[in-house]
Amino acid sequence: MDIFLLEAMLNGLMYAGLLALLALGLNLIFGVIDVVWICYAELVMCGMYALYWLHAYYGVPFPLAAAAAILLVALLGALLHRIIIDPILGSAPINQLLATGGLLFFLQNFATLLFTTDFRNVGIRLPSLELGDIDIGYARILAFGVALLGAAGLYLFLARTFLGTAIRAISQDREIMGLMGVDARRIYLITSAIGGGLAGLAACLLVLQYDVHPFVGLSFGPITFMICVLGGLGNMIGGVLASFIMAQIIAIGGYELSVEYSQVLAFLVFIVLILIRPQGILGK
Amino acid sequence: MSRVWIMAAAGLAILAALPFLASPYVLHIAVQVLILGLIYTAWSFMGRFGLVSLGHGAFLGIGAYTSALLWNLYGVTPWLGIPAGMALSVLLALVIGYPCFHLKIVGHYFALVTLALGQVVAFLIIAARDVTGGSLGMTPKAVGTSLYALQFPNRIQFYFIALGLWLLALALRHWVSFGMRRAALDAIGEDETAAAAAGIDVMREKLRVTVISAAVTSFGGSLLTQYLMYLNPETVSGVGVSLQIVFAAIAGGMYSALGPTVGALLTLALTEGLRILFGTQLIGAANTIYGILLILFIVFMPRGILGVIEDFSLSRQRRERAGPARSAGG
Repeated sequence: MDIFLLEAMLNGLMYAGLLALLALGLNLIFGVIDVVWICYAELVMCGMYALYWLHAYYGVPFPLAAAAAILLVALLGALLHRIIIDPILGSAPINQLLATGGLLFFLQNFATLLFTTDFRNVGIRLPSLELGDIDIGYARILAFGVALLGAAGLYLFLARTFLGTAIRAISQDREIMGLMGVDARRIYLITSAIGGGLAGLAACLLVLQYDVHPFVGLSFGPITFMICVLGGLGNMIGGVLASFIMAQIIAIGGYELSVEYSQVLAFLVFIVLILIRPQGILGK
Repeated sequence: MSRVWIMAAAGLAILAALPFLASPYVLHIAVQVLILGLIYTAWSFMGRFGLVSLGHGAFLGIGAYTSALLWNLYGVTPWLGIPAGMALSVLLALVIGYPCFHLKIVGHYFALVTLALGQVVAFLIIAARDVTGGSLGMTPKAVGTSLYALQFPNRIQFYFIALGLWLLALALRHWVSFGMRRAALDAIGEDETAAAAAGIDVMREKLRVTVISAAVTSFGGSLLTQYLMYLNPETVSGVGVSLQIVFAAIAGGMYSALGPTVGALLTLALTEGLRILFGTQLIGAANTIYGILLILFIVFMPRGILGVIEDFSLSRQRRERAGPARSAGG
C-alpha cells in the first residue's frame, strides 16, 4: 500500500475527531432546541481569536487561556440563545436558522473590522510523531484524543447526571416535560452554553493546527453541517460516524486529486447519500 | 386601483429619466441595483413559498461562468452562452429538486442540501483554475460596444437594458405568483400534506418555481458579468453570495413585488455609504451593521421593510373604510 496514502488516511482519522466534536455540539443544540446554528463555526472562530490574544499577545499560559476561551464561547452560546433564539422560539425553524445567519455575517465582519483579515498564528509548533516514513503531527493526535475525551465527557454528562437526563428528556418530548415541572427555557439556556463550550474546546484544538482569520469558519463550517445532516440531524452517533466517513473522503480525495476537488467530492457524496437516505445514515 | 397605476407610471417616468439626471456614479449603482434586484426577485420566487434555498450562488455562478467561458475560450456569443448557462442551471435544479421534493426534503434539510450545492459549484470553479483563473477571477474579452458580444460600455445603454429586464422579472413574478397557481403554492407553503390531499400536484408546482427561479438567477449572473466585465468565485458563487441573496430578499420583503429590489438598494446603499464615509480603513463595517440589521429584521419584522409598510397602509385603508360606516350607524 502507498505509504503516503496511509499517511493521508491517518491524518484524515485525526481530523475526523475534530469534526465529530463540532458535529456533537451542533447535534446537541438541534436535538434539544430544534435550531440549526448556522454560525457555529464562527463561534469557534471567536474562541480561536480569544486564544490568540490571550496566549500569543498577553502571554497567558496555554491551559489557562484555553479554559478562558472555552468559558467565553460557552457564554457566547448562552447569549446567542438568550438574545436571538429565545424571542423567536415560536416562529418557523427556518427563521431561527436565518437569524443565526445574520449573526454569522456580523461575527465575520466584526472580526474583520477589529482584527483585519491578517492570518494570525498562535505560535505553538508541536513536533511530529514519526512511524517509519509516516509523519503525524502531535497537534493532530492531541486534537483527536481531546475530541474523543470531550465526546466521552458529553456522553457521561447526558447519561449520568440529573441535568443531562433532563436535557435528554426534553429532546424527546418538549410538551410533556413542561407539564412535569421542568423549566424548558432554563434547560435551553444550559444546552446552548454547553454547545458553545464544545465550540470553544474545538477552537483550542484547531488553533494548534490552523491560523486564525475572520473567515476561518468557512473552511470547516459547511462540512460540519453536511456531517450533521448525513448522520441525521440531532443523532449524536450518526454524526460521529458521518465525521469519519467525510474526513476520509476529504483526506483520500485531497491526496489523489486536489484539495478543492476533494471538497467537491465530499459534497457530491453528501448530496447522493442524502437523496438515498434523507433521514440520515442512522435515521429510522 | 387607479392610484396604483398612477404611482407605477410616475415611478417608471422617474426611472426612465434617471440616467439623464444622475451622475455616472449614481447610474453605476442604479444598474447594479436593477441587476441584483432581478436576481433577488428570482430567489423570492421560491422563498415566498417556503422553499428557502441557501444555494442560489450555484445558479448565479453557473450563469456567470458559462457565458464568460464560452465567449473567452470559443468565441461563442453570449446570445447562445447565456441560454446555455440557463439550461445548465435548470438541469442542476431538476437533478437536485426532483429527488428533494420527491422525498419531501423541506425546511432545515432543504436549506442545508442547497447550501452544499452552492459549495460544490464554488469549489468546482476554484478547482478548475486552468480555465477559470481560480480565486483570482477572470475578465471576459472586451470588444467595445457590440450587440453580438452583448457588451455595452456606455452606462446609459446598459441601464435601459437592465431596467427592461428587471421589469420582465417583475412581470414573471406576477405570472408565477397569481391566480390558481399562487393559491396552490401558498397552500403548499402552509401545509404540504393538506395541499396534496386537496388535489394539488405538490411536486410539479415546486419543481416549476424552482426551475424558473434557477433560470432567472442564472440569467442574472450572466447579466452581472456582462456589466461588471469581471467575475470571481467569491462574488458570484459560494456560501457568502448565497446568504447575501437570501438576506437582501428577506430584509426588503420577499412577499412584496418590489421587496427584493428594495433589499438590493438597501445593501448597496449601506455598503457604498459606509465606504464613502469611512474610506477603506473600516473594511467590514458595512457588513457588521448589515449583520445586526438582519438579526433585527428576522426577529422583529420577518416580512421585511415593504411587508411592514404594506401592513401599515392596509390597516389605514381599513380604518378609512370603517370610519364613515361607523358615523352612519351612530
